[in-house]
Amino acid sequence: MSEAAINDFVIKLANVNGTGSASANGLLMKAIFRMGVPVVGKNVFPSNIQGLPTWYEIRVTEKGYRGRSGDVHFIVAMNAETYERDLAELSPGGVLLYDNTWPRPHFLTRPDIQVLGVPFARLCNDAFKAARSRILMKNMAYVGTVAALLNLDLDVIHQLVREMFSTKPKLIDLNLQAIALGYDYAKEHFDCPLPFSVQSRDNTAGKVMIDGNTAAGLGCVYAGATFGAWYPITPSTSLMDAFAKYCDQLRVDVDTDLHKYCIIQAEDELAAAGMIIGAAWNGARSFTPTSGPGISLMSEFIGFAYYAEIPMVLFDIQRVGPSTGMPTRTQQCDIQLCAYASHGDTRHLLLFPADPGECFEMAVQAHDLAERFQTPVFVLSDIDIGMNDWMVDELTWDDSYQPDRGKLLSTEELEKIEKFHRYLDVDGDHIPYRTLPGTHPKGAYFTRGSGHNKFGGYTEDGQAYKEVVDRLRAKWHSAASKVPAPVISPSKKKACCGIISVGSCDGAVLEARDRLEAEGLHLDYMRIRGFPFSDEVEQFVADHDEIFVVEQNRDAQLMGLLLLETDVPREKLIPILHYSGEPLDYQFVYSALQEAARVRKIA
Amino acid sequence: MTSFTKPHIRRKNEPVNKLGLVRADYDGAMSTLCAGCGHDSVTASMARAFFELSIEPHRAVKVSGIGCSSKTTAYFLREAHGNNTVHGRMPSVATGAVAANSALTYIGVSGDGDSLSIGLGQFVHAMRRNVNMLYVLENNGVYGLTKGQFSASADLGSLAKRGAPNEMPPIDPVSLALSVGATFVARGFSGDREQLVPLIKAGLKHKGFGLIDVISPCVSFNDHKGSTKSYAHTYQYYHKAVHADYVAPSKDIKVCYDEGEIMPVEMHDGGVIRLRKLEKGFDPRDRAAAMSALANAQKNDEILTGLLHIDETHPDMHALNKMEDRPLNEIPYAELNPGAAKLHDLQKGFR
Repeated sequence: MSEAAINDFVIKLANVNGTGSASANGLLMKAIFRMGVPVVGKNVFPSNIQGLPTWYEIRVTEKGYRGRSGDVHFIVAMNAETYERDLAELSPGGVLLYDNTWPRPHFLTRPDIQVLGVPFARLCNDAFKAARSRILMKNMAYVGTVAALLNLDLDVIHQLVREMFSTKPKLIDLNLQAIALGYDYAKEHFDCPLPFSVQSRDNTAGKVMIDGNTAAGLGCVYAGATFGAWYPITPSTSLMDAFAKYCDQLRVDVDTDLHKYCIIQAEDELAAAGMIIGAAWNGARSFTPTSGPGISLMSEFIGFAYYAEIPMVLFDIQRVGPSTGMPTRTQQCDIQLCAYASHGDTRHLLLFPADPGECFEMAVQAHDLAERFQTPVFVLSDIDIGMNDWMVDELTWDDSYQPDRGKLLSTEELEKIEKFHRYLDVDGDHIPYRTLPGTHPKGAYFTRGSGHNKFGGYTEDGQAYKEVVDRLRAKWHSAASKVPAPVISPSKKKACCGIISVGSCDGAVLEARDRLEAEGLHLDYMRIRGFPFSDEVEQFVADHDEIFVVEQNRDAQLMGLLLLETDVPREKLIPILHYSGEPLDYQFVYSALQEAARVRKIA
Repeated sequence: MTSFTKPHIRRKNEPVNKLGLVRADYDGAMSTLCAGCGHDSVTASMARAFFELSIEPHRAVKVSGIGCSSKTTAYFLREAHGNNTVHGRMPSVATGAVAANSALTYIGVSGDGDSLSIGLGQFVHAMRRNVNMLYVLENNGVYGLTKGQFSASADLGSLAKRGAPNEMPPIDPVSLALSVGATFVARGFSGDREQLVPLIKAGLKHKGFGLIDVISPCVSFNDHKGSTKSYAHTYQYYHKAVHADYVAPSKDIKVCYDEGEIMPVEMHDGGVIRLRKLEKGFDPRDRAAAMSALANAQKNDEILTGLLHIDETHPDMHALNKMEDRPLNEIPYAELNPGAAKLHDLQKGFR
């Protein structure tokens, strides 16, 4: 638990979903970001359109930490249904702001907090006529109050309102009026600002606020993908929305209105998988965004693409399972599913982004790897990365980039060769050449998921079958040095123990590690970014006596994968597991590491 | 077992098509199906249709699912890419392939198990999307590779080889196709190549999804007395409604026909399908009329065949998605890459 201070505190907004609170909360976060102070935003929302509880948490962190802290210093309680829970969650010394149009004296049962009441409903009912405005404007009214209490720059807020409603200018004045209502009330009734508030800094230059799904969709545009197929599923939908939006902006001929892309909303995930396989088999870069249930449904096709050696790019925006699970809550629960998806001996390439910046980069890498290795590639994001706005370095692009189309024979090359065999390892690199339909009569072959020999012919001969699947395994293994390398962050002092983690755990793990280091517990840290595991992963495991594996699932899936795929002995690995569905916070990791170190007597 | 190569035998004075190719140039590997299988006749008809249309074999694409029928894509057009996908999922792979390159000619081969049971969803949705391909459904009412279970197209009361009757109503692919808006719906019989070859040619030239339901008896598991998908039964109840001839685009096409008897339908490539009515008062351009004729035929236990419905006006998947004519897989990367400066601009809204 840490004290709130200037530019270092957490504000949580408790709302009812479907009341327009999301844009108000986003505005608050953006205002702080524009004041030059780094922020971490987490939207914890229900699988519902209207009426259920939803929370938005903004961590203000001048030091630029990237994870949640676990504290709540300021609650804006706008949902009577969750008052009890919100009250209980507030850290001692915290502030609770609520709508006292209907007073709640029992809030005063916590003497260790400060309760502030503003009659938002009454103010809005007096000021606005339309029923919908009265609901919507309550959000802007609390934005005004929060701005006064946290000393936010009103010019920045007003500018954001003008940008937000640039296409509906009539709404600008209405919203500014609501903000003034809440602001003036606070100035009149409370000591503003609070002891913790925001002071302008210059710590966000060169940064953008973007969510991982948007970044991944944009990455697919830059990768040169022209075909996408998908079945709507939370939380992956916004990835295809982003791809569609940018294609609409960038790839529609202004004169003819014709498209240089095709997006198909499939009848289910099975069909989405088949479509991207068909398009990739025919030479168009293609992809599908989905989540765990979609991967389950696509599994048969994933095995087909693996065995028939067809490029396939899948984005799994992981959500809480099993089954339908909690569709709007986050987890890293599909690691093992994706590593070996489909029946028979199958193994795939996995990429693990840790933030939207890496979603952009890895979207491009996934397309290159899928074509280079002619195999399915999974980008394993999650709700936290995919749907929350993260502060990251502005995305950059190298104009010299050319897509790696892999070993694809052109018409001219086919003209020169005597005979083409689809699955023959001509170069000794385990990767055969492939051809596209329509290029040359010599390039024809019969793609099949049934047993085939190295020439592409049907076989039920055990030896001929083994020759192909052994090469497939070698091919997969050779990708270990081509998937993104792990990021290793050594301790300041030599450490005998380490941490391994993955994806969206990164911010919380780094912060916990730094704080433990300040207290004398030294741990090296490696963040895995690709599968199959590279030599660096093997080396890190070999170099440390004990390793804490931090991940967001119940069954220690990453640890399991390390045990299966490296030489690490079982007793070296200690799981640290978070799987409640809320994004990981550093205090959880800190406490778990501290306790584990104490039990194991690690200094 | 491996696939056998069919010997290339050249005969003297063999007819050649416009490309100078002979019919045997459209063959594939040797069939491994049972002797007398209806599917082999369909394979031969498909090869003949491609030959007669003078389509370069390597500019064709064959796709299939799983089952006896799906195997047959290996038995014709050896110089064309084939994709023998997973069970019931050929339509989705075909959809993606067609999306990536619309310049090739696509033929899908499936069966009643592949299309009407495990693959019913994909089959229907490919028709709704009007994917530009010909879909040949080799229909024998039975699962052959797993040895004789009824399929979803088995008629009520049809008897299995061991005598058990089918007690569930059938799914009729033609009625289904008409109800979901398919733009080319035909039925043929493997035993009638004179009707089937022109149907296949017309279907290949149709811009949009073409379905040909081909009654194709299974000699091993469903050709006995009491089966409604046997050769004997099909011959007995076979009813030709409309004959279709495809006439390639040419200056010499004379738009000359007896009104009311021969109906010309103009195709997107400039060719014409000439429909010869064998049934009075039936216009295949009218979907409702086709449905009604079909219902009447079913009532009389007749197997209505021929080109039962055609609509050349409905946009295909490419048109619906406003895609340019150039195949997606031929668009150079330079045209797809917005570049670094643009990336900077795009992020203005994220600050």
